[in-house]
Amino acid sequence: MNPPRTIALRGGRIVDATGERSGDVLLEDGEIVQVGPDLSGDETLDASGAIVAPGFVDLHAHLRQPGKEEAETIESGSRAAALGGYTAVLAMPNTTPPIDTAAVVREVLELGRGSLVDVHTSGAITVGRAGEQLAPMAEMASLGVRVFTDDGTGVQDDRLMRRALEYASGLGVTLAQHCEVTSLSEGTCMHEGYWSSKLGLPGQPAEAEELMVMRDIALARMTGARIHFQHLSTAGSVAMVQGARSAGLQVTSEAAPHHFTLTDECCADYDPTFKVHPPLRTTEDVAAICSGLAEGWIDAIATDHAPHTPESKELPFDQAPPGMLGLEYALALAFTELVDGGHMSETEVIAAMSWKPAAIGGFESHGRPVSEGEPANLVVVDPSQRWRIDAGGGASRSRNVPYVGREVRGKVRHTIVGGRPVVINGEAQQ
Amino acid sequence: MNGNLLTISQLSRGEIEEVLDVTDTMVEVSSRRIPKVPALRGRTVVSMFYEDSTRTRLSFESAAKRLSADVMSFSVASSSTRKGESLRDTVATLEAMGVDAFVVRHRSSGVPAMVARWSTAAVVNAGDGWHAHPTQALLDAYTIRSHFGSAEGLRVGIIGDILHSRVARSLMVVLERLGAEVTLVAPPTLLPPSTDAWRVGVSHDLDSVIGGFDVVYALRMQRERMTEAHLPSLREYTECYGLTPRRAAELSERAVIMHPGPMNRGVEISEALADSPRSLVTDQVANGVAVRMAVLYLLLGPGREALGEELSGAREST
Repeated sequence: MNPPRTIALRGGRIVDATGERSGDVLLEDGEIVQVGPDLSGDETLDASGAIVAPGFVDLHAHLRQPGKEEAETIESGSRAAALGGYTAVLAMPNTTPPIDTAAVVREVLELGRGSLVDVHTSGAITVGRAGEQLAPMAEMASLGVRVFTDDGTGVQDDRLMRRALEYASGLGVTLAQHCEVTSLSEGTCMHEGYWSSKLGLPGQPAEAEELMVMRDIALARMTGARIHFQHLSTAGSVAMVQGARSAGLQVTSEAAPHHFTLTDECCADYDPTFKVHPPLRTTEDVAAICSGLAEGWIDAIATDHAPHTPESKELPFDQAPPGMLGLEYALALAFTELVDGGHMSETEVIAAMSWKPAAIGGFESHGRPVSEGEPANLVVVDPSQRWRIDAGGGASRSRNVPYVGREVRGKVRHTIVGGRPVVINGEAQQ
Repeated sequence: MNGNLLTISQLSRGEIEEVLDVTDTMVEVSSRRIPKVPALRGRTVVSMFYEDSTRTRLSFESAAKRLSADVMSFSVASSSTRKGESLRDTVATLEAMGVDAFVVRHRSSGVPAMVARWSTAAVVNAGDGWHAHPTQALLDAYTIRSHFGSAEGLRVGIIGDILHSRVARSLMVVLERLGAEVTLVAPPTLLPPSTDAWRVGVSHDLDSVIGGFDVVYALRMQRERMTEAHLPSLREYTECYGLTPRRAAELSERAVIMHPGPMNRGVEISEALADSPRSLVTDQVANGVAVRMAVLYLLLGPGREALGEELSGAREST
């Protein structure tokens, strides 16, 4: 069967960086060819009552390939992404082997080619993510890598981080930091405070994150380089980013859905599903993340989608690997917690999930306005649909979902990548 | 006791007192010529010790045996965990063999709670990580009650490494529920980051508070704390927080000394005090078996009402 030549998205409300309007959208050959009233095509996708927006871009997805295919593959992670309304994802480099050479970058991009969404990859800042020697960034950048990070760990050495920033600025790429000072975090498994004290679990203080945010702001000032802070989790970090931005530094940041939804109290039953790095923090931190997003100091919502097999999440809390799923839940959690929580508008949430992260990560064909001649990377979201997150339904190979049983609002109806509907009426098309 | 004993926090004051009252009966049973009753005949108790603790294991196993339960011992050194079996599979396997209670010891906080989620058998926490050691706390409470008549209004100082101590986390709660007034005495580096979870006082100066205590409870000081920068040296710890003869002279007349064992003599407690008449350490050990009998009986037995009949020695002592 030949794919339909033209597709019409009918009856939606268009939301993009230029504003809001109602209108149908006609797609052909991977492009938007017309926007206006009463358009029809060979195939029609119903967008009535829904928001039509540029597709979401996740700056932080652990796709686990190569090396941990039992937890996730690029194919399964991409399907989860498509179902979550993402048209592009940025793979994190903490794979086995790590993504720290052109060869592994090529492998990941090759694996991503057949998948439902555009798979971009980050590259490691240092060889083996070991924090000792710069990885061949120019070589990876020549293959299209635009973001470098040692995610899973932060670059500990001050001099090396300074050099990395300087070197990256020469390449025009962005360094992204997982902020965690390991000498304060080693051996810890949750946020340090009331709950870690009560539960008898070794805690990681907020300062383990904040000290690195503080250092990197100083280094960004010194080098003039861009820095992006990944998964900020503490009130102190948000305040420092606000200060740096107000001082005109090129600092951007992201926050993960779990850090605006869940607190350290979730660990009270020792369920490793709630173990994550950086850890779930306090109610005050959650409030600061919400207002940081609302005020724009935090630019992007990024999932930190981190699949782990059920066996590994049945280890004792202190031994289980950190991380939780996010791709299929981010939009609904953002609408429920941030919009219904009174912090920001639906349009602001979509900005933080689409064009803002696209700009940070250099995703040139994503987050674009919904207008003629633009690439057809789009999401159609039904903002009024309420649903309950269940344990078994996701596309991920893993099941470490910390939101089971939660009632949320907002569901992805269609996702279109390069003009091809990869999700139709909430069903992945592959 | 609601199926499991995972923490002291799950117990009301009334439930704690019930355990202590049943312990009285178990002490009586234990003093018989043949200290064995048929109360748990046909019941199977498995001890799963993922961390070495010979004394606690023996205490639980002899408690179960005195109640005529069948005892299986799952020992990690010789077990399938060495072959990579997961904790969950081990629990399922043992449960399939017909287990009524798991007695779980693990170096990771929260493991007994996980076992309880996976199993329908009763779970008794025999010590998990830094989190809880409820039977130790109950035996300490029993020892205090036996000595003083009641814990109500007593002033108890818990001294030493509170941060890493499951004993302290359980003892604070049991004493608070029984109306005692608890003060933690430790350097800031050995206290939990927050003590808001408990109604306790905190002091960093043992000499200024020791005279006010009715019970001085010394915790074991582990040598590895020095490498983690919690302390400069053991010598300095002993100097500031050790129970020494000089400090003993400051104790009130009726004050007693307790320790969960095993003691580092010369570190947290001096030889002279460990063996002094003020020391209740051997009472603690002796009461351990009776308290664990009470816990197992309340979890697995036919109920407190049947206590007299079940524990009647007549059938067994002939």
